[in-house]
Amino acid sequence: MAVPVAFFALFFAWPVASIVERGLRVDGVWQFGRFGETLSRPEILDVLWFTLWQALASTGLTLLIALPGAYVFARFDFRGKGLLRAVVTVPFVMPTVMVGTAFLALVGRGGLLDELWGVRLDTTVWAILIAHVFFNYAVVVRTVGGLWAQLDPRQEEAARVLGASRWKAWRTVTLPALAPSVAAAALMVFLFTASSFAVVQILGGSTYSTLETEIYRQTVVRFDLTTAAVLTMVQFVAVGVVLAVHARTVRRRETALRMVAPEEAARRPRGIGQWALFAGVLLSVALLIVLPLGVLVERSFATSHGYGLDYYRALQTPDPSGTFLVPLLDTIGNSLRYAVVATLIALVIGGLAAAALTRRAGRLVRGFDALLMLPLGVSAVTVGFGFLITLDEPPFDLRASWILVPLAQALVGVPFVVRTMLPVLRAVDERLREAAAVLGASPWRAWREVDLPLVRRALLIAAGFAFAVSLGEFGATVFIARPDSPTLPVAVARLLGRPGELNYGQAMALSTILMVVCAVSLLLLERLRTDRTSGEF
Amino acid sequence: MLSIEDATVRFGERAVLDAVRLDVAEHEIVCVLGPSGSGKSTMLRAVAGLQALDGGRVLLGGADQAGVPVHRRGVGLMFQDHQLFPQRDVGGNVAFGLRMRGAGKAEQAERVRELLDLVGLPGAERRSVAALSGGEQQRVALARALAPRPRLLMLDEPLGQLDRGLRERLVVELRQLFGRLGTTVLAVTHDQGEAFALADRLVVMRDGRIAQSGTPVDVWRRPASEFVARFLGFDNVVAARVTGGVAQTVWGKVPVPDGSPEGERRLLVRPGGVRLVAEGPVWTVESRTFRGSHAVVRLRPAEGPALEAELPLREAPEEGARVGVEFRAEDVVVLGDDTP
Repeated sequence: MAVPVAFFALFFAWPVASIVERGLRVDGVWQFGRFGETLSRPEILDVLWFTLWQALASTGLTLLIALPGAYVFARFDFRGKGLLRAVVTVPFVMPTVMVGTAFLALVGRGGLLDELWGVRLDTTVWAILIAHVFFNYAVVVRTVGGLWAQLDPRQEEAARVLGASRWKAWRTVTLPALAPSVAAAALMVFLFTASSFAVVQILGGSTYSTLETEIYRQTVVRFDLTTAAVLTMVQFVAVGVVLAVHARTVRRRETALRMVAPEEAARRPRGIGQWALFAGVLLSVALLIVLPLGVLVERSFATSHGYGLDYYRALQTPDPSGTFLVPLLDTIGNSLRYAVVATLIALVIGGLAAAALTRRAGRLVRGFDALLMLPLGVSAVTVGFGFLITLDEPPFDLRASWILVPLAQALVGVPFVVRTMLPVLRAVDERLREAAAVLGASPWRAWREVDLPLVRRALLIAAGFAFAVSLGEFGATVFIARPDSPTLPVAVARLLGRPGELNYGQAMALSTILMVVCAVSLLLLERLRTDRTSGEF
Repeated sequence: MLSIEDATVRFGERAVLDAVRLDVAEHEIVCVLGPSGSGKSTMLRAVAGLQALDGGRVLLGGADQAGVPVHRRGVGLMFQDHQLFPQRDVGGNVAFGLRMRGAGKAEQAERVRELLDLVGLPGAERRSVAALSGGEQQRVALARALAPRPRLLMLDEPLGQLDRGLRERLVVELRQLFGRLGTTVLAVTHDQGEAFALADRLVVMRDGRIAQSGTPVDVWRRPASEFVARFLGFDNVVAARVTGGVAQTVWGKVPVPDGSPEGERRLLVRPGGVRLVAEGPVWTVESRTFRGSHAVVRLRPAEGPALEAELPLREAPEEGARVGVEFRAEDVVVLGDDTP
């Protein structure tokens, strides 16, 4: 427990606190008056209002589109289910920069819709909302669908026999059982969309600004640290409230439900209604998820003189404009190296935290549990910038060190590791360890013989998620990655920020490569996954 | 072999084990019988070292076990719900304890085969434990506990989760098996049938204390207190004043065996000791239940609690019949003080 606490204190609390202090304390005096002042500026209010309503709208839209999907995955049995499940999860593990890029390729200037019908949605709120649905579809399908698949259908049958109509049985039996998990999924989606950075940055242009992009703009462009600090505090409080609510719903979800093996409840679709629903979900997946990914790939090959590998070839040569000091292809190696180190850190820290949380209970520990989730919702920009100003002097002079990037990335990986490992570790029956001890196994041997084999799968899944989110981390990395070794998402964002067909094409090509890396690691994970031991994601 | 000396375990204010003393001799099978919450499982866990003592000590083979960790005590424990390792097959489960002791592969395989033969599952080494029935799991758990040749084998509700028929068959098999192997056994159960069939000696527990200890026949014939009597399923308990070989009760005069303690007492009349006669105060037959070779008749007196009588089928009267009652002294027990 001490190690994770120290890790979070040093690499999360300290940088964030330093930034806030720098912004709010002038000449040794706390300027709390700045809160009211900043929060009454109309443009800031606009930002807050937009952040809130776009997050709510994104969450609502995601639930609307993804809940039927959750039902289909939970209750229908069809060929290629595993593959389809992997496909809908690809966006979630994709770097948000790529999500933005994919939608830019679909609805942006010179995008597919622009070419076909002259429709452009970038710089409209619709692009942002749809991209958020794309990104969070999997959260709903996995959280709600995972539970739904294990709900005993005989409960509903019992209600039917007692005289409830099909709809009424669903509403009175299934819905209440699902409600906590729907709420939990909605809160996660809300959190992700409220703190969404890269998507809004790329698709929103200068028209739309959320809390997160505003913090970035205030910090980097205007260097108004006071405003940034106030906004960070606002975000911090809001996220804290959301997490507290989330923790409550998660605990409620642990109420006893009748569970069955997922295979038992799944049937082939029957009747016109079910087939229509099935087709509708497939269509929405095709339009919403496969199409953007497909367009991204297509654009990476579409050069001015027909399809070719030009953009990919250009990645191998040093950048003529001098923005990048190394061939762009090297960014893949950088990204992978950073992500591997970040994954290891996240596994060690998250594993220790999960082990500590399993063994102990109590308010303090539960508080720590919630605290671990904070980095998911608190501005990565603040964390990244905080790293720069706090970790630049002995004993932690890490500013010039490559380890800074994986440290920041591990911060967002840890919550995933904890969330994945915790349910599995909690499910290991203490008496199995006792049985091993009575048979002559020392405590360490008992852990190796009993716990490890049971959590190995979860450990791999956790590693996969940590790897994917580390690979895609953008908000903090953009600050601290050194110019001679940028990561892939940073490179893509820079390319998109510059004019010219070659830059655009190269961004698409890089994104495609990253997407393939993510998809392959995900497919490997999917093979390991069973719904029973998978935790919350 | 095993000596428990004044063992005390407290959960908060409550003493789950309250200064318990118990000795188990080599090759003896001792069954601890008690309702749930009486502290019997805690006693096993304390002997295994899974539960720290708040007072007293546990000796195995004469050596104090304080400070000896669980895995060095050399005892076997069969858990209530078996706790087979789900990720290992049957052979892997049975061999676990041998592996922990560093036994060679050949020795492990040999011993596993031997034990699976012994518990009646020959050739099951490669089967998955998830595919086993409840009875088979129980056998594997037993084989796993026996494999390292523990000096003391402890069983926690060994047959608790099995259905009645299987339980009755297995308990006989277990007794024969332990007799053949010379195993020292300490078992706990809440099922009196199981305890009586298995044990050389019975220990009845209540609220963390030992209420009675003795051979099954002793305990059955002379329950020490109303608690033990009721726990064994006897309901014919009534207040009595014992003087000169006769007890005065609301049921009338009841003869008691010679040498019974005198004074204000509780009295047990075993249902077999009730006979129907023509004269005397009138009892009404409230119900009649057939139990195979005999019938149990519930008799309602003019006042006082109902009385159960065990009668041969031919003699059992109709419901609603009016009869007189007589008691046989050898089926009457004057109970000891009930406060534990």
